[in-house]
Amino acid sequence: MASHGIEIKDLFKIFGPHGNKFIDAVKGGMTKTELNEKHGHVLGLKDINISMPAGQIQVVMGLSGSGKSTLIRHINRLIEPTAGSVQYEDVDVCQMSTSELQQFRRHKTAMVFQKFALLPHRTVIGNTVYGLELQGVNKDEARSRALKWIDRVGLSGFEDHYPNQLSGGMQQRVGLARALSNDADILLMDEAFSALDPLIRTDMQSVLLDIQEELRKTIVFITHDLDEALRLGDRIAILRDGEVIQQGTGEEIVLNPADSYIADFIKEVNRGRVISVETIMNKTPIEGAANIVLKSSDMLETAAQAMAQAQETSANVCDDSKKIIGSIHLKDTINAMVTAARH
Amino acid sequence: MSLFTEFPEMTRTELRDFKKGIDGSFKDFIHAYGEGIENFFKPLLHFLKWFEDLLVATPWPIMLAIIALLVWGGSRSWGLVAGTIISMLVIGYLGMWEDAMFTLALTTVATIICIVIGIPIGILMSKSDRFQAVITPILDIMQTIPAFVYLIPIVMILGIGLVPGLIAVIIYAVPPIVRLTNLGIRLVDTDILEAADAFGASPRQKLWTVQMPLALPNIFAGVNQTIMMALAMVVVASLLGVHGLGLEVLKAVNSQYITLGFMNGLAIVAIAIVFDRTSQKFGKRLQKHSEVIHG
Ligand SMILES: Nc1ncnc2c1ncn2[C@@H]1O[C@H](COP(=O)(O)OP(=O)(O)O)[C@@H](O)[C@H]1O
Ligand SMILES: [Mg+2]
Repeated sequence: MASHGIEIKDLFKIFGPHGNKFIDAVKGGMTKTELNEKHGHVLGLKDINISMPAGQIQVVMGLSGSGKSTLIRHINRLIEPTAGSVQYEDVDVCQMSTSELQQFRRHKTAMVFQKFALLPHRTVIGNTVYGLELQGVNKDEARSRALKWIDRVGLSGFEDHYPNQLSGGMQQRVGLARALSNDADILLMDEAFSALDPLIRTDMQSVLLDIQEELRKTIVFITHDLDEALRLGDRIAILRDGEVIQQGTGEEIVLNPADSYIADFIKEVNRGRVISVETIMNKTPIEGAANIVLKSSDMLETAAQAMAQAQETSANVCDDSKKIIGSIHLKDTINAMVTAARH
Repeated sequence: MSLFTEFPEMTRTELRDFKKGIDGSFKDFIHAYGEGIENFFKPLLHFLKWFEDLLVATPWPIMLAIIALLVWGGSRSWGLVAGTIISMLVIGYLGMWEDAMFTLALTTVATIICIVIGIPIGILMSKSDRFQAVITPILDIMQTIPAFVYLIPIVMILGIGLVPGLIAVIIYAVPPIVRLTNLGIRLVDTDILEAADAFGASPRQKLWTVQMPLALPNIFAGVNQTIMMALAMVVVASLLGVHGLGLEVLKAVNSQYITLGFMNGLAIVAIAIVFDRTSQKFGKRLQKHSEVIHG
């Protein structure tokens, strides 16, 4: 399990030959459009502060062009920041020397790409050992570690296939195996599943969640898809025009959208799968009456199903240690599932 | 008014002094360094001679078998192997075997030297825009300047013989491999380069694990063009005393022997086709998995 989170502090990125010159103007409130029209520079990121928790999945969500790829590329410094810092294990990635950065990328991070970015001239196994090869791990060791991950992502038997002989979903499994073989604590995934068909996408999400259950890496997952964000994200940050406009758990965002832009975004969400029992329960247990006990971390959909099945209109709620801490009513549950937060 | 009708040229004496001055200093240069330069190329001369002798001395059936094997190894095409054997037999039957071996030796050695010089220059060009800006016009000059012009200083320095012929061929034939190495590396998919960066590849690792393998089909197209240009240059090289099919063509031109000219000319064409098809098919096989398919 990863022991350190990633701290992104006061990060700014201005694309263009003299990004530095405009940093004060941007800090003073110059907008992206203004910067572009007056000075021909593109505001990529503005004052980003995100604390990405260790061993959890941080989702960064936003529409195309909102700066998601730019942000994730600052974590392994594929893009140089104009100002600000990215702290990992109390070291600022942005201050690392070339060789420190190389070591950091080889051992601490691994990345999965939207367009897979596999080496077309190498087989599945050849791609999977790539990171280990760069680390200088000996051939046999690298091979056996790679085989383990190829098996884990469900590609056993395809070791000697070339990427262009595989479907998109399978190619991205190779991308995932290549990243996991590195044994890095940080996994960076830039719209890793966006290019895949919906069914295969859900499949890959399950594979990822499954692996994460066991490995507890610090995963940064980029997506423009809210369902994907809510399913995967322990925490979610929403970007617009290079700025974070809201961050928190999926439930927090769905319950309390920061503005109408986000409210619009979450309109279609299945709230029953996002809001937990804890959010709507009363602190007073129902004496004797309730036949069923739900966990406070259960989602409303589960709770409603359980009550309907038991033909009850209410239920008691317990915490992780099975202690009864409150109760909910079916009516409130259904209400919370169908009413969107107003804005 | 005369300025308008007559071009303001140098006076005859000025021009003569100007040319004389340059010629003179070049001659001084040769006087001072000519022998050194000649000695520098001695090993090359010995190698080329040795290689020629080897090809000529090898009994023709063995030579034919080796050629057929190489063609098969490169192309994996029985048709091409058969075509090669037939053309070589005809060449031999018409009494051109030895000349063909001379030409083959020169072309092979020239190509190897072009590869050894050209690929590193191409790699450097791909890494530096400034270096590219310097080298590109030089390559343009090398490809467009009439060969006879640079034959003059070569002959002045090295006289007549195999090495000057070889150098003339190399000057003419090296540009494509330089250009295509540079181009091939520059065309490598940036997504894949980014992946290599993300996994912590050093510039050297990136060159050998990503850029060179993915540029290989282009580099190979360069090798192919280099071979073709080297063969095309064989006749000109014979002006410098290189023996082989080219020299026979030259003789035929001088004495107006149509048949001799066409026979040797077509022999060069046959060898060119064999080289071309073999290297193209080999290039295709290199490319087999290189195209990226998404989704
Ligand atoms: N190298 C660059 N030069 C100039 N502008 C860029 C560059 N890379 C990205 N941008 C701009 O930065 C903004 C954010 O891009 P990106 O991070 O790719 O968005 P996303 O991944 O969310 O779609 C866009 O407006 C894009 O045009
Ligand atoms: Mg993107």
